[in-house]
Amino acid sequence: MAAASSASGMSAALTLIGKRFASSLLTLLLVSLTIFVIAQLLPGDAAQEALGQSATAEQVAALRHEMGLDRPAHIRYASWLTGMVSGDPGQSMVANMPVAEVIAERLPNSLLLAALSALVAVPVALAIGIGSAMNRGGRIDRALNIVTLSMVAVPEFLVATVAVLIFSVKLRWLPSIALVADDMTWGEYLRGVAMPILTLSIIVIAQMARMTRAAVIDQMDRPYVEMAVLKGVAPVRIVMRHIMPNAIAPIVNAMALSLSYLLGGAVIVETIFNYPGLASLMVNAVTSRDMPLLQACAMIFCAAYLILMLIADVTAILANPRLRAQ
Amino acid sequence: MIASAFKRAKALPLSGKVGLALVIFWLAVALFGPMLAPYPVGAFVAYEVFDGQSAKHWLGSDYLGRDVLSRLLSGARYTVGLAAAAALLASSTGTALALTAAVGGTKVDEPLSRFMDMLISIPSKIFSLVLVAAFGSSLGLLLLIAAFTYVPGNYRIARALAVNLAQMDYVQVARARGEGRFHIAIAEILPNMIHPLLADFGLRFVFIVLLLSGLSFLGLGVQPPDADLGSLVRENISGLGEGALAILAPAVAIATLTVGVNLLIDAIGFSGKGKGR
Repeated sequence: MAAASSASGMSAALTLIGKRFASSLLTLLLVSLTIFVIAQLLPGDAAQEALGQSATAEQVAALRHEMGLDRPAHIRYASWLTGMVSGDPGQSMVANMPVAEVIAERLPNSLLLAALSALVAVPVALAIGIGSAMNRGGRIDRALNIVTLSMVAVPEFLVATVAVLIFSVKLRWLPSIALVADDMTWGEYLRGVAMPILTLSIIVIAQMARMTRAAVIDQMDRPYVEMAVLKGVAPVRIVMRHIMPNAIAPIVNAMALSLSYLLGGAVIVETIFNYPGLASLMVNAVTSRDMPLLQACAMIFCAAYLILMLIADVTAILANPRLRAQ
Repeated sequence: MIASAFKRAKALPLSGKVGLALVIFWLAVALFGPMLAPYPVGAFVAYEVFDGQSAKHWLGSDYLGRDVLSRLLSGARYTVGLAAAAALLASSTGTALALTAAVGGTKVDEPLSRFMDMLISIPSKIFSLVLVAAFGSSLGLLLLIAAFTYVPGNYRIARALAVNLAQMDYVQVARARGEGRFHIAIAEILPNMIHPLLADFGLRFVFIVLLLSGLSFLGLGVQPPDADLGSLVRENISGLGEGALAILAPAVAIATLTVGVNLLIDAIGFSGKGKGR
C-alpha cells in the first residue's frame, strides 16, 4: 500500500519535472524570438553598416543578399533558430569567422571561471549562512546581515577595484589583469585568475549567504526543532542532524538561484580584468554591433539562466513530499 | 505630516538611520550638487593628473587634470536622476499592467503574465546589452531601456499583491455595488498595496543604479561629454595601478547610494522579494 502510493508519488513527481522541463524549453523558444526581434529592429541595416557610407546601392544589395537580409523576417528567424540548435549560429561580422568558432574559443574559459568561483563561494556562503542562522538575532548575525545586505548593493567594479588596490597595488601578490595562455600550468592559471574569481565569489557569496540563512531559519521555526531543543540536544547537533537534512533542498534551491548572479557579474568582471571569456566577448559584440555574435551569446546566457532556474525548481519538487504527491 | 515622518525616522534602528541619511545626502547632491561644485565640470584645473587629496582639490584630479569633486557632484545628478526616473517609469508601468491583469480576468491576466514570465527569464544585464546594441544609448534611450528591463520584476510583485487584494471581501462588495473596473483598481486595490510597492520602488532604484553605472562602466551607458558616476570610474580606469582617488571616489559614491537605499528599505521592513541584478 505504502509502496504503491510512493511509486505513484514518484511518477507524479516525474510528470511535474517533465512539465517544468517542457515549460523551460518553451520559455527558451520565446526568449529566442524576443532576442531575434529586438536585434533585427536595429535602425540602419547590417549590410549598410558593414560597407560604410561610400558603398554603392548595388554593393549593399549584393551583400544584403549574401547575408540573407533580403528574405522575410520569419524565414530568417527560422533559419537562425535551426542554425542555433544545430550548432551553427551564423557568421560573425567583425571577426569574419563562424560564430561557433569564436564562441568555442571563449566558452570553456567562462565555464571554468564560473565553476571555480562557485567552488569558492558555496562553502563560504554556507558557513556564513548557517553561522548567522544559529546566532539569530545575536550580534554576529546582525553584523553579518548588515555586511551581506550592503554587499548585494555594491557595484561589481568597486569590488574589483578594491581587490586590485589591495592585492596587486599594495601587496603585489597578484596580477591586476587576468593573463590566460594555453601553455600555462594550473598553478600559473590559478594565480592569473585569482582576482576575477575573488571578485565574482564576493558578489555571489553575499546573496547566497542571505538565502541560506533564510532557508535554515525557516526550518528552525518548525516544531521538530523545538522538540530537539527541549530534549536537550546540543545546538551544533541540532543544525547538523536535524535541520540540515530538511534544509538541504531549500539550500540547493538558494544556491542555484544565487549562482545566476554569476552571469551578470561576469559581464563586468571579465571586462575589467580583460579575461577572454564569453561575457567580455558579448560586450565586444555590443560595441561593434556584431548582431549574429551578440544573439548567440545572449542565447547562451539565457539558456544558462534557465538551466539554473530549472535545477532550483526540480530540487524543490523532489524535496517536497506534498508537491510530489500532487 | 512632517512631525510624524520625523517620529518614524527616530524609531528606525541605527542601520536605517544611516541609510536614511545617505539617501537624503544623495538626493541633496543630485539637486544642488552642480551649484556647489568648486570648478566647472570640464575645466582642466590641476597641473598633475591623478593628483591625490589636497586643499584645492578635495578628491584629487582625474586623468586629464580635472577636479574630481566637481565631476562627481555633477555626475551624481545623472546617476540619481536617470535611475529615479527609470525606476518610477518601471514601477508605474508594471503596477498599471498588474492592476489591469488583476481586474481584467483570466483573458487579460494569462497572456500578460506568460509574457512577463518570459521576459523575467532573460538576465537583466544581458537583456539591456541586447537593447543597447539594437537601439543605442542616448540618455532618453537609456532611461527607457533601464525601465523596460525592470518592468517584469515589478509586475510580478504588484500582480501577486493585486490578485490577493482583488479576492478580499471589500473588493467583492465594491464589485457588487456596481463599481467599474477602473474604480476598483485605482480606488480600492491600489491604496492597499502602496507600502510594499514603495519598497519595491526602492529595490528597482538600486538595481537600475547598478545596471546603468555598469553599462557606463563598460562604455555602453551615458556617453561623453555627459558623465554619470559609472562613466567617471571608466574614464579613470588607467589610474587603477597607482590607486588613484579619481577611480575610487565615484565607485564608493555609487556604493554609498545603493547601500543607503538598501539599509533604509531593510529597516522599514516591508520588503517584497525582487528579481536580482
